[in-house]
Amino acid sequence: MNDTLNLLIGLAMGLNLLALGTSRLPVLIRTVAAQGVLLGLLPLVLEAHALDWRLVLITLATVAGKGLLIPYLLIRAMRSANIARELEPFIGYIPSLLLGAGGTIAAVALTRYLPLLPEHTGNLHVPGAMALILTGFILLIGRTKAISQVCGYLILENGIYLAGLLLISSTPILVEFGILLDVTVGVFVIGIIVDRIQRAFDSLDTRKLTALHE
Amino acid sequence: MNAYLLIIIPLAGAVLAALWPHKDTRPLFLPAVGLVHSLLCLALLVKPTAVDPAAWLAFDPLARAILPGVSLLFLICACYAVSYLRLKEQDNRVFVPALLLVLGLLSAGHQARHLGILWIATEAVTLACVPLIHFNGTPRSFEATWKYLLVGGTGIALSLLGSICLGYASLHGGGSGDITFTALLAQGPGLSRVWVLTAWVLLLVGYGTKMGLAPMHTWKPDAYGESPGIVGALLAGGVTSVAFMALLRIKSVVHAAGAGAVADRTLLAIGLFSALIAALFLLRTRDFKRMLAYSSVEHMGILCIASSLGPPGVWAALFHVWSNGLTKGALFLSAGNLQAAANSSSIDEVRGMSKVLPRSSLLLVAGMFAITACPPFGPFFSELLIVRTALAAGQGWAVALFLVCLLLAFFGLSRIVLSVVDGRPRRKKTNAAPFRESAGLILPPLLLLVASLWLGLFTPDLLKGAWSAAVLQLFPTP
Repeated sequence: MNDTLNLLIGLAMGLNLLALGTSRLPVLIRTVAAQGVLLGLLPLVLEAHALDWRLVLITLATVAGKGLLIPYLLIRAMRSANIARELEPFIGYIPSLLLGAGGTIAAVALTRYLPLLPEHTGNLHVPGAMALILTGFILLIGRTKAISQVCGYLILENGIYLAGLLLISSTPILVEFGILLDVTVGVFVIGIIVDRIQRAFDSLDTRKLTALHE
Repeated sequence: MNAYLLIIIPLAGAVLAALWPHKDTRPLFLPAVGLVHSLLCLALLVKPTAVDPAAWLAFDPLARAILPGVSLLFLICACYAVSYLRLKEQDNRVFVPALLLVLGLLSAGHQARHLGILWIATEAVTLACVPLIHFNGTPRSFEATWKYLLVGGTGIALSLLGSICLGYASLHGGGSGDITFTALLAQGPGLSRVWVLTAWVLLLVGYGTKMGLAPMHTWKPDAYGESPGIVGALLAGGVTSVAFMALLRIKSVVHAAGAGAVADRTLLAIGLFSALIAALFLLRTRDFKRMLAYSSVEHMGILCIASSLGPPGVWAALFHVWSNGLTKGALFLSAGNLQAAANSSSIDEVRGMSKVLPRSSLLLVAGMFAITACPPFGPFFSELLIVRTALAAGQGWAVALFLVCLLLAFFGLSRIVLSVVDGRPRRKKTNAAPFRESAGLILPPLLLLVASLWLGLFTPDLLKGAWSAAVLQLFPTP
């Protein structure tokens, strides 16, 4: 079980670096989607000994939501805003890559000192979650285009989802489903706002949102 | 069953309102649903039903201590909304259902006894507020909405992480990882201390963002400043109270786990910091709607200070939730009238409103005195109780700092309110239809002020009993 788990989470952590290093928004959106699908498959690996229809259902819903619906909404927002690149990030691509890589290494190294249950040590579950949360924050802070920031938010959410899988045997499916629903609706709402910002400011550069201050 | 009705009726009302074909009659759904909701709350307040400890959603003593106040605030705001929406040309097909959705989800959040359900309800409230904030459709309102979504979304994500950490505290301590409050409280000292503290920090930051505690308050002036007054009233009196309720429930778990002293200290520190930051910004801001947002930050800080003072403090905090919510509602509604008439909320452009809108101006000034804790309004009595509790708990320095903040806030608020009300009105450039102070726009804020007065002078024994029961639920006597 640990091998498949490490493979999926390791791939997701690799996608972090791709997300940090790219300036092209379609690549960023698809990276986040691929990461969502990889993580969406994890419940099947973690609970391989006790598969039932509810688990399969929630897996399907997660994969469809994170892999199809959310990227579809984001790509549509991107097309309507008519932009494909993030040109002037706050934190450049090389510095964000270095930060992300350093953070990932630190996450793996630090996990040893965390008080964890024996079944959660020795694999990439906890360090993966920490690395994803960190990457999400770097994108949220370091990018200026609204869509890149949303992608950062989604990677952050992926990391929290991964952390949530630590509780998979005790959290009821209904709760997981509610969380997924909220995130999807959230992205839908964000898509609408992004569209309105584009119309009102003729740009998706959040640095232009400076009318409100003291 | 009644607990579910409080959630289902507003949600059903929202669906019906969304399908209703007529713009002019759609706002009537708001007072109708609000009235049913308030009556149901009142019935449950008078005659509490037994709570199944394993239930995920229930009208337990804690919900009973706060939710009726939120319901009353919604009902009065709903009456205001009918007159307010009549003045507006925009379509209200989204606005009215979103308001009802907020009411239903607030009821769910207040009654949630499962950390996951609590999170889902809070996040859903956050999203349901989005169309309310950008109702005016100006570029500034979209900017405010974006900041609200980004800061609020990040905060709420951190609270989900905190909820997971609390579940892990249960697993690591040998429990089942069940995150209902009943199970967590039952495990008590068995929870892993490290993970409880991690969870507390994340949850305090997460739900603190939703409450608007400094330094996570940055979305608040923007959102309150750009949204209609009625939305500000509900955000300041309703949405923040869900987050406060969440913190109270979580604090009781941290207490049971034996880390209560840490939780109290952090709450006191963040509360004092919020009150101080808010007081300083109140001296600086030049916009009377943003002023109300900073005043809300200040009062959220006061709630945190009070709830760090043990059972009597929590009792005073519950009192303050009511008095702050009702008074703030009156301020937001009367300030909304001024803003609608002057078409601006900056003190550089709005002057002499006592000549243009005498009644709204009077209400705003009275509300300003009420919220800065002048007797005999509700906030005076609740804050007095907090000060006395703090002195009894030996927190002399905290009381001194707290009083300084209150004084600074009074300077800031009176400076802005008086400069808006006093002076000679500015000539209007365009001769748009003059704003009329109809009864529908004046009576609701007046009612809220009267309610605040009534709460201060004749605090009903029914409410006192409800608050005591809630304190007993949070601090069960061993």
